[in-house]
Amino acid sequence: MTAVTARALIRTEAAGGGRTRLETLRSDPPLTLRQTGPRRVHLVSTGAGPLRGDHLELGVDVAPGTSLEVRSVGATLVLPGLADTPSVMVVRARVGAGATLHFSPEPTVLAAGCVHRLVVRLSLAEDATVFWREEIVFGRHGERPGRGRARFDATVAGRPLLRQDLLVGEEAVDGSPAVYGDARCVGSTLIAGPAWAPPAVPDVKRERRAALGDGWAALPLAGPGVQVCALGADAVQLRERLRRGEEAAATSPPTTPPATSAPDG
Amino acid sequence: MNGDAALLLLADSRLPAGGHAHSGGVEEAVRRGTVTGAGDLARFLRGRLATAGLVTAALAAAACELAAVDSGGSAGRELRAACDPGPPPADDAADGVPLWRRLDAEADARTASPAQRGAARTQGRLLLRTARRMWPSAALDALARAVPEGPHHPVALGAAAASAGCAPRQAALAAAYTSVTGPATAAVRLLGLDPVTVHRLLADLAPALEDTAHVACASLDDAVPADDEPDGCGAGHHQGRQPGRHPERQAAWQAARWHALPGHSAPALDLLAEGHLTNPMKLFVS
Repeated sequence: MTAVTARALIRTEAAGGGRTRLETLRSDPPLTLRQTGPRRVHLVSTGAGPLRGDHLELGVDVAPGTSLEVRSVGATLVLPGLADTPSVMVVRARVGAGATLHFSPEPTVLAAGCVHRLVVRLSLAEDATVFWREEIVFGRHGERPGRGRARFDATVAGRPLLRQDLLVGEEAVDGSPAVYGDARCVGSTLIAGPAWAPPAVPDVKRERRAALGDGWAALPLAGPGVQVCALGADAVQLRERLRRGEEAAATSPPTTPPATSAPDG
Repeated sequence: MNGDAALLLLADSRLPAGGHAHSGGVEEAVRRGTVTGAGDLARFLRGRLATAGLVTAALAAAACELAAVDSGGSAGRELRAACDPGPPPADDAADGVPLWRRLDAEADARTASPAQRGAARTQGRLLLRTARRMWPSAALDALARAVPEGPHHPVALGAAAASAGCAPRQAALAAAYTSVTGPATAAVRLLGLDPVTVHRLLADLAPALEDTAHVACASLDDAVPADDEPDGCGAGHHQGRQPGRHPERQAAWQAARWHALPGHSAPALDLLAEGHLTNPMKLFVS
């Protein structure tokens, strides 16, 4: 078994009349891309994995004024391999001015024994819009999860919007009521764009309020976006909770109700 | 002077900066029944330290480093002002104000929950107010001007630590320490736990506290300036080269590395912080 290195790329261009054309669709097995709609691409995994030692990179470049939807046909099952290095998946996405990206692949399942690193670098232009969902399942049914670390960096015109690391399968966080509790899956959706910009004058007394449900929350960020975060017992429950949060985030763009002010002693 | 005594003052729960009013999610965890005794609390504290604790430690170390450079620049400015008695330049950039805003924005980007941002700013504002009276410095004045609504607590803590004579590692240790001691004390009060049992949990965490401070500082030392955030760093010093000794250039170079600081998130803490706001009977602010 030898480690695989692959670099796939999706790039759009404006085709006139506000339409989008896929300018580049470069597969690199096991990252195989299929166009499934005028502005939609599915990631079709060809081959098992990723396995330890594999290094996969997906570039997504959404040109100004265009829109793109990226999905995947099935879940990604991360497996242990023979190499003593982790498997790595890097997604670099740039969304241009006035462009829209919807990125919602199926979950990443961290099978027992895997060591996986997921890196997302998302650069948004000032008035770009994005919907970015990420779901991680802690092992197949009934097994202990492998080890995983996911880093997510989103910037708007170079300013930091969201920077997060998720650690899975580490002793300090496993089973901690502060981190995942007894959940077996964690997911988040970033919905960002000019429609989610915070009020012009930052004021701690008027911090926007989150929408909250059972196992999910839609959290208005300090910058122009909302992060839905959810925990679930299984992938089905996780998706259902994320959907509720996404709906809450999308249907009621952040408002500024008078917050309950904290005592200021 | 190596800052040890100042570190004790800064980390002391008797520091009049309002820290006792925050449970760090423990009150809501107790209300929801996910923390019921010492065993749950131990796992809660360990997970909190590995996530929020590490992030605040790294931010505090970064703030401490920035304050040290910033006060160097400000000292030079004061010297210039003394030699040339005219109106002081109203140039915020010379005081590091944009850099303080930038570091506070890095804290914002690592705090998705508005309830947690609110709690962090409330604590940061109170700490900054206290620190400016205890250890007055140009860096603390600049921070107060940069973020008038109150900086994030670890940013204020790091700036206060520098002004008190502490090094970044000490600032990181103080941040890690307060990330678990406040919640532990709150749990004693909320669950009626034996205080010695709970302090035993904290003693067990001592090695992890030291590790956290070490990792936080290493993340700052190992980071290289951002390469793909063109206007995100405002530095222009690439290839990881150290800039010269000029304080402003040095500070800008530091800022360009902040993008890589840890952002370990804890979804349960986010849910607990937001749920806490809905509790009409709460004893703690957060």
